[in-house]
Amino acid sequence: MSADAHAHPSYVKIWGILLALLVVSVLGPLLEIRVITLITAFGIAVVKAYIVVRYFMHINLEKKYVAYMVGSMIVLMVLMVGAVTPDVMHHDGANWYNQAAADEVKRGMAAGEKDEHH
Amino acid sequence: MSFPRPVATMREATGMPTGRLAVWWVIASEIVIFGGILGSYIMHRLGHPEWAHQSIHTNTWIGAFNTFVLLTSSLCAVLAHQEAEKKNGPGAARYLMFTTLGGLTFLIVKSIEWTNEIKHGYTITSNTFWSFYYTAAGLHGLHVLAGMVIMLIVAADARKGKELQRVENIGIYWHFVDVVWIFLFPLLYIAK
Repeated sequence: MSADAHAHPSYVKIWGILLALLVVSVLGPLLEIRVITLITAFGIAVVKAYIVVRYFMHINLEKKYVAYMVGSMIVLMVLMVGAVTPDVMHHDGANWYNQAAADEVKRGMAAGEKDEHH
Repeated sequence: MSFPRPVATMREATGMPTGRLAVWWVIASEIVIFGGILGSYIMHRLGHPEWAHQSIHTNTWIGAFNTFVLLTSSLCAVLAHQEAEKKNGPGAARYLMFTTLGGLTFLIVKSIEWTNEIKHGYTITSNTFWSFYYTAAGLHGLHVLAGMVIMLIVAADARKGKELQRVENIGIYWHFVDVVWIFLFPLLYIAK
């Protein structure tokens, strides 16, 4: 971007906002309430990423096709993960059963509980 | 013997310097690489409640400190870009060196953290959670290392007032590495 193309925001101020969001994302989950953990840890991660991409990487000042290029990769990635997730996160379906995964969960849970007792 | 300047620094057929466009293409491909790893991690994590017994051993405070370090190094990278726009090569080089120092701090903290975890028996083969942990964080660490090396090369030129357009290019890459960590941090350190 050329020097005269745009006025810079206060980068130190943006950095301060990012640090404040970091503090919230660490402290929020300490409350151990599932919804608050999801919002403070993952919701804030999305906000932090948006701030970095917009104000540090200046994607809004690039040619429009840069955002489309990057955005289409995110869409492809979400499609791939979304298509595979139901088969990976569940260990059984109408006509199949993932014995190895179910055994792994059982073994891991038993080992974890044993560790906690020690 | 002299060589002509590479065309990538001069051609602007796409409406933007080709070097910068190339960096965005690198980032586009990296989204699929890191997105694939993080997506796989999330879907496995949802199907394996027993991973909670493993993830409890990661140190949130160390992860938070490293997030602070990377965010601060990103600030230095964007300030380097600002100096480059003012044609202040030495100033840009100075901020790039601070950014590199941030990367070095990140890697030192990571190596201390990993040493401690490995000593306690949490290795890449001990459990699928740890396999994901070391693979995702390790690949990210390699990107930090690569960024540092490139930044030192760019800084050496910038100090002499040469190739200042590269300051922004390496900055864009560095911010992306920061963005990846922004997502890795809650996934590996907060979701217990």
